[in-house]
Amino acid sequence: MKPIEIITQVLELIAALAAAPLFLGWINQCRAWLQNRRAPSLWLPYRGIRKLFHKDAVIAERASPLFRMAPYIVFSAMVLAAAIIPSMGTELPFTKAADAIALVGLLAMARVFLSLAAMDIGTAFGTLGARREMMVGFLAEPALLMVIFVASLISATTALPAIAENLATQHLGLYPSLAFTAVAFTMVLLAENARIPIDNPATHLELTMIHEAMMLEYSARHLALMEWAAALKLFNYACIGFALFIPWGISTGEGGPGTLLASIPLLAVKLTVAGAGLAFIETVSAKLRVFRAPEFLAAAFLFAVLGMLVHLLLGA
Amino acid sequence: MINVEFLLLLAFPLAGALLLGAFGARRWAPELNVAVSLATFLAACALTVRVVGEGNLLVAREQFFIDPFNVFLVALTAFVGLTTSLFSRPYMRVELEHGRVSAPRLRLYHSMFQLFMTTMLIALTTNNMGLLWVAMEAATLSTVLLVTLYRTAASLEAGWKYFILCGVGIAQALFGTILLYFAAEKILGAQGVSALLWTHLNGVKGQLEPAVLSLAWVFLLVGYGTKVGLAPLHNWLPDAHAEGPTPISAVLSGLLLNVAIYAIVRCKVLVEGSLHSHLPSRMLMGFGLLSVVLAAFFLWRQRDVKRLFAYSSIEHMGIITFAFGMGGPIANFAALLHMTVHSLTKSAIFFAVGHAAQKAGSQLIENIRGLITLSPTIGWGLMLGSLAILGMPPFGVFASEFLILTTAMREQPWATPILLTALGVAFAAIFGRVQPMVFGETTARRLPHPPSLVPVFAHLLIVLALGLYIPPYLADWYRAAARLIGGG
Amino acid sequence: MAGMPFDLQLLNFCAALLLLISFAMLAQRRIVNLVNLLAVQGGVLLAATILLAWRTGQHHLYVSAALTLALKVVLLPWILHRLIRRLEVYWDTEPLLNVSGTMLVGVLVVVFAFGLAQPISALASTATRNSIGIAVAVILLSFVTMITRRKAMSQVVGFLSMENGLFFGAMSATYGMPMIVEFGVALDVLVAVLVLGIFFFQIREQFDSLDLHHLESLKESDPLELARAHEEE
Repeated sequence: MKPIEIITQVLELIAALAAAPLFLGWINQCRAWLQNRRAPSLWLPYRGIRKLFHKDAVIAERASPLFRMAPYIVFSAMVLAAAIIPSMGTELPFTKAADAIALVGLLAMARVFLSLAAMDIGTAFGTLGARREMMVGFLAEPALLMVIFVASLISATTALPAIAENLATQHLGLYPSLAFTAVAFTMVLLAENARIPIDNPATHLELTMIHEAMMLEYSARHLALMEWAAALKLFNYACIGFALFIPWGISTGEGGPGTLLASIPLLAVKLTVAGAGLAFIETVSAKLRVFRAPEFLAAAFLFAVLGMLVHLLLGA
Repeated sequence: MINVEFLLLLAFPLAGALLLGAFGARRWAPELNVAVSLATFLAACALTVRVVGEGNLLVAREQFFIDPFNVFLVALTAFVGLTTSLFSRPYMRVELEHGRVSAPRLRLYHSMFQLFMTTMLIALTTNNMGLLWVAMEAATLSTVLLVTLYRTAASLEAGWKYFILCGVGIAQALFGTILLYFAAEKILGAQGVSALLWTHLNGVKGQLEPAVLSLAWVFLLVGYGTKVGLAPLHNWLPDAHAEGPTPISAVLSGLLLNVAIYAIVRCKVLVEGSLHSHLPSRMLMGFGLLSVVLAAFFLWRQRDVKRLFAYSSIEHMGIITFAFGMGGPIANFAALLHMTVHSLTKSAIFFAVGHAAQKAGSQLIENIRGLITLSPTIGWGLMLGSLAILGMPPFGVFASEFLILTTAMREQPWATPILLTALGVAFAAIFGRVQPMVFGETTARRLPHPPSLVPVFAHLLIVLALGLYIPPYLADWYRAAARLIGGG
Repeated sequence: MAGMPFDLQLLNFCAALLLLISFAMLAQRRIVNLVNLLAVQGGVLLAATILLAWRTGQHHLYVSAALTLALKVVLLPWILHRLIRRLEVYWDTEPLLNVSGTMLVGVLVVVFAFGLAQPISALASTATRNSIGIAVAVILLSFVTMITRRKAMSQVVGFLSMENGLFFGAMSATYGMPMIVEFGVALDVLVAVLVLGIFFFQIREQFDSLDLHHLESLKESDPLELARAHEEE
């Protein structure tokens, strides 16, 4: 293992952990701007997490050990995922252990534990949130897998760094299959991360909660870890998107440490633009009624399948 | 190359359409209609004489092609058009008096009638497969508004089904034409129109790519087959033929179906030349038999007399398709003869039925009774017409059906019992319904205008004559056309 | 894929857009949006025709493009919009199969269409031969659109979309049909829409609605209904 690889890995992990709440804060900032409000501070998510760590955890009487372990499991799954995704460089030692499909499995594992823990207490809200989350996840996963499938069809591999490298070295051009898949991926991102139009991250109304409902029972450090994990999940998804569709700037190990250093500001730029774009989509969309969520995800799946068909037929 | 007869053949109905579009509501509009149809018929006769004398004609830079196959169809079309316009004179006047149509609608009716004749004549004489498609679609469009002329709920539904089902069907035929062009372009080159000309395609049909042509054939058969009314694509036919005014039912049953079969046969000649397999014939035979059987059994459920005879049209078209599927000189000859006599007989029946329905005030079979007592001519016309269409000797239908059955017994023996059964079932059904209509107690009323029954008996006379004796020039004609179609 | 000339990439992109628009039509329930999608489809066809004309140097394709612009982008959507306003049909009813199910059926149809077009693509010599599969897919998807609709207007839009697919197929396989045929087809389509306009007024006059449910009374199995319908005359 070369030292550059270790450095890339550590750098990516630190960046993910550090920048994820900032990303969330930036999206909220953009939303506020678009809605003509005054935004909360960019550093508010950090302050929230810090505040939560100082509090005492209150756990329900009926909680099983699963309830206490779930935040740690979910958080570590997200951290592991961040380690696998090539956000700055493709020379990552951890990636040899897991390819893109395993990544999807990791995210699924996080979702399962989250849902189980939510049902663990036995409150109505928790079960409600768990059921809805599983429905959304059940439909979003095929779409995500189809997106990865198309990307791996084009690059003949399922290892995410290899895909990123392959797509980075292609000629610049119009690839309709990738365009369709990108749209599909964006829709899956919105669904999985509980953004509008699937779920409102700021709501606490029973009719409309999905993700929030599952976190109602947590407090203190558990809640801090869950919130951080949610921010990490969004960050990870964004980085997967970059690796699949906008891979230029990711160092491929050929240029040496200079390219690695150069990839950091590039990543920042990509995140800024992506955050603004997400905020824009959230502002112009209305939240879908829950029973319409399957239609939305079916459309995402459809886009991904279309991308695959177009690639198979036109070779583009 | 300008050919005067051909130009007149197309110019007369087109001019008629324009004139009637302006003056179709006047009192003398039906007479003008008859005059235009007469002129068209005379032009057709002149053209026929020219072709019989001089052989095949290529007109207007090879865009139109007239050979023995389509020239007799042209003459037939013009003739039936003439007799229909004769029939339509008093018929539409009665409808006007009864209040079922208004004067402006009569204008639409007359102009669309002539436009329809024009499009059919173009479809019959064109050499360009693409133009054939355009003319077929135009023929459909010109009759949609005629089917809905009475604006009743049933006629609107019939018109909608007609439009959509035939439109979608014909779109398949367009795809088939595109595939045909695609195959032809490789051999004939992509410059201009020559790759779609039937005469050129016929010349190189052996070199056309079989894979593409078999796919094209399927689409063309499904497309034009919808217009013929082959089962299972026949759904629109009983409604469209029953709900429009009777002259329109007569020309739809008698003429448009023929034109559609003509289109299929032209394509079949090309495809058989390329494929050298039995796929086209088998498909034609299959669809033909299916239509015959389906129609025969559906005949039993009919309560409306025009629907009854519309199903009879499906049955006869099935027989013709089956005969063309068998191929060979005798079967083709019989099919061509059958096309002629069916056209004449069916239109005669519709003429009689039209007046009968007017007298009785309803199209339902149970409401039409005892025609023979009130109006012997209508009664006998209907009786004889039904007997003719059912294949009784000595009418011409018997001759053609006999030839088809004997050829089937020789070449496709498995089909013969099916055909015989279906024909028998149809006989029972139609005869069983016509008999009480003609005989029995009457409920009919007097008509304000005397019915025109000359067309009915003129047609039946011709059919009788053809059953007894086919003049040699006609027989040669049919034989030449049969040779052209080949197959078998 | 790498190194494909840019105009060919654009053509492939247009083909992919056409497929997308067909699916969008399949899911769309607002009739106004259906007609707008039809207009966009015409626009994409126009772009593809011009690109192809520029690439292959066949000048008759420019004429074809002008025809497409006049008819499919401008005239037909305008006529349809006017009809929609005057007939006041804005929404279609829920189809038998829900939207997601229809989409899945659409995907299967597309796979079938690609398979169907394989032998033709293999034999074609045009640069756009791969798009023949997409043209067949558009035709079959329009067919599915027509089947799953209840309002007459949506069926008409499906029908016109089918014609667009046929046009695209002709372009991909043989660089368009001979001009006289194209003019004939365009004329037919225009006349068809005009006839339909008249027809719709007649239907609405009789039924006060353009729901095709009303147009299903002529069945074999209901002679009483038929008798009643005729006795009204």
